[in-house]
Amino acid sequence: MKQTTFTIAQNSPLAEGIYRLHLQGDTTAITAPGQFVNLKLEGFYLRRPISVCDWADGELTLLYKVLGRGTEAMTRLPAGTRLDVLTGLGNGYDMTLSGDRPLLVGGGVGIPPLYGLAKRLRAQGKAVQAVLGFNSASDLFLLEDFRALQIEPVVTTADGSAGLRGLVTDGMAAAGPYSYLYTCGPEAMLRAVWQHCGTSGQFSFEERMGCGFGACMGCSCRTKYGTKRICKDGPVLQKEEILW
Amino acid sequence: MVNTAVTLCGIRLDNPIIPASGTFGYGYEFAQLYDINMLGTFSFKGTTRQPRFGNPTPRIAEYAGGLLNAVGLQNPGADAVIAEELPRLRQVFHKPVMANVSGFSVEEYAETCALLAAQEQVGWLEVNISCPNVHGGGAAFGADPKAAAEVTRAVRAVTDKPLILKLSPTAADIAAVARACQDAGADGVSLINTLPGMRIDLKRRAPLLANGTGGMSGPAMLPLAVRMVYQVYQAVEIPIVGMGGVSRAEDVLELMLAGATAVGVGAANLVEPYACRNIIETLPDVMLRYGIHDLNDIIGGAHHG
Ligand SMILES: Cc1cc2nc3c(=O)[nH]c(=O)nc-3n(C[C@H](O)[C@H](O)[C@H](O)COP(=O)(O)OP(=O)(O)OC[C@H]3O[C@@H](n4cnc5c(N)ncnc54)[C@H](O)[C@@H]3O)c2cc1C
Ligand SMILES: Cc1cc2nc3c(=O)[nH]c(=O)nc-3n(C[C@H](O)[C@H](O)[C@H](O)COP(=O)(O)O)c2cc1C
Ligand code: FES
Repeated sequence: MKQTTFTIAQNSPLAEGIYRLHLQGDTTAITAPGQFVNLKLEGFYLRRPISVCDWADGELTLLYKVLGRGTEAMTRLPAGTRLDVLTGLGNGYDMTLSGDRPLLVGGGVGIPPLYGLAKRLRAQGKAVQAVLGFNSASDLFLLEDFRALQIEPVVTTADGSAGLRGLVTDGMAAAGPYSYLYTCGPEAMLRAVWQHCGTSGQFSFEERMGCGFGACMGCSCRTKYGTKRICKDGPVLQKEEILW
Repeated sequence: MVNTAVTLCGIRLDNPIIPASGTFGYGYEFAQLYDINMLGTFSFKGTTRQPRFGNPTPRIAEYAGGLLNAVGLQNPGADAVIAEELPRLRQVFHKPVMANVSGFSVEEYAETCALLAAQEQVGWLEVNISCPNVHGGGAAFGADPKAAAEVTRAVRAVTDKPLILKLSPTAADIAAVARACQDAGADGVSLINTLPGMRIDLKRRAPLLANGTGGMSGPAMLPLAVRMVYQVYQAVEIPIVGMGGVSRAEDVLELMLAGATAVGVGAANLVEPYACRNIIETLPDVMLRYGIHDLNDIIGGAHHG
């Protein structure tokens, strides 16, 4: 973990209620896709955890959805704003287990960390498949970014206004065979994916956080291998250890 | 040159800053961020005889002046603390540590305290008789002077190490509880623990925390802490560890003027991981700004006549 100051290069809408935040600053503490950062916002006591969508030397991209007052306030931050950020939090995805044909399954704002993962798996030459779930056509985002990686995502929408009508699990049925699974999304989705998943895999969870770096025990969950902190021992858990 | 060293129940602290129990784990996470030997000491996570998972999640909620927590005393239990956490801590922390203990019966308090007090690394016992999160648990002891005295006596009987009772702001008369602890043999008191509160989720129309209630901490608590430390200082002769809402050096001075010998820092560590280091580094300059050369000169300094 590292505490650093990032400067906003761009903060712009991407889809309905979804924003892309481009930040410039020290990204050296980020070591794996699926890690997150914790943003200090003026006027809010707790920091806001947001997944790393993509990063490079000096550059960080986050995607966020307006959910409550904090993320609403984020939409009003102009370029040039300096943000106090804890970076490199959490374990992130382990790419060594992917096999040759990994399947990435994301729902809503669970999709951003999978983009960073997809990019790095593609760089290793893996045949990545993706199933991306949204509520409706107005929510779609990151599809072009996945296509730019030569991944044609299977899209599902709850109302059928784009792609397949249904849930990501319906999309999984439409995808080809896969060697391993990586997923992130709402807990109900993770659970359904867990039930459908025919291989081993890694699941990324959310929990309300006090600190985000392992100090407060605010985010604990039970696993087969004992109690874990989502912020420090997670947010990514192995399929085999999850207790629902 | 200023003097920041104080003496807490016979043990010297290089400075009065003590990360508060439950916000500093067993020290290890913070030791990876900065040299925690710069602290006066720290109070480790509330430890019980048996391991505890704590409450279901969500355990954390926010409010304008801080946060609510309903962690519910998650800890690995006294045996694992002794076998695993303390040896790990020894690698990175070379000062006596404060052992925070919780319990659900007088016997359990005594048993856990005896185990921890026997550890060389433990300098002080801080007995939490105020955790508001556990049903039928600690809260009852801290609310009532008689029950508080009973716990104090039981723990006093098993150790000669400095014994600090941690008091709850929910007590009807916190000064009376403090006096009862002193009379039963306590060497010090610490206050305040968190204040029970609740947030309701407008979308779900239900309490935000799975536990329903949670303990409030953070900057909004400072005036309550200052008032209670001030009142307890008038009621007892033993030293006070003041805490509640501290986030900067000025807050430390305020609690010391109210009567604190040392000062706990809780929630601030969670949102600003370097909070204690920052406070310690800025303390000398802030002292000089207010004409203070020795912190010992200001303990209780706001009480006149
Ligand atoms: C590891 C992790 C990664 C995340 N990644 C992303 C991401 O990439 N993009 C994105 O849009 N969102 C992400 N979230 C969710 C995001 O943290 C919440 O949507 C955000 O904190 C809501 O803040 P608010 O002030 O708008 O909402 P409010 O409801 O007003 O927030 C009140 C408090 O609850 C907390 N909170 C509310 N909802 C959540 C939630 N779902 N998870 C955790 N804390 C919550 C807030 O942090 C705050 O402390 C992630 C959460 C976690 C734990
Ligand atoms: C997440 C969290 C966990 C806590 N756990 C304990 C505990 O185990 N034992 C204890 O005596 N106090 C516990 N406390 C209370 C703090 O030690 C402190 O008394 C209180 O938070 C007030 O200080 P603050 O406003 O600086 O946070 C906890 C507080 C927080 C925020
Ligand atoms: S949020 Fe504090 S331990 Fe995970």
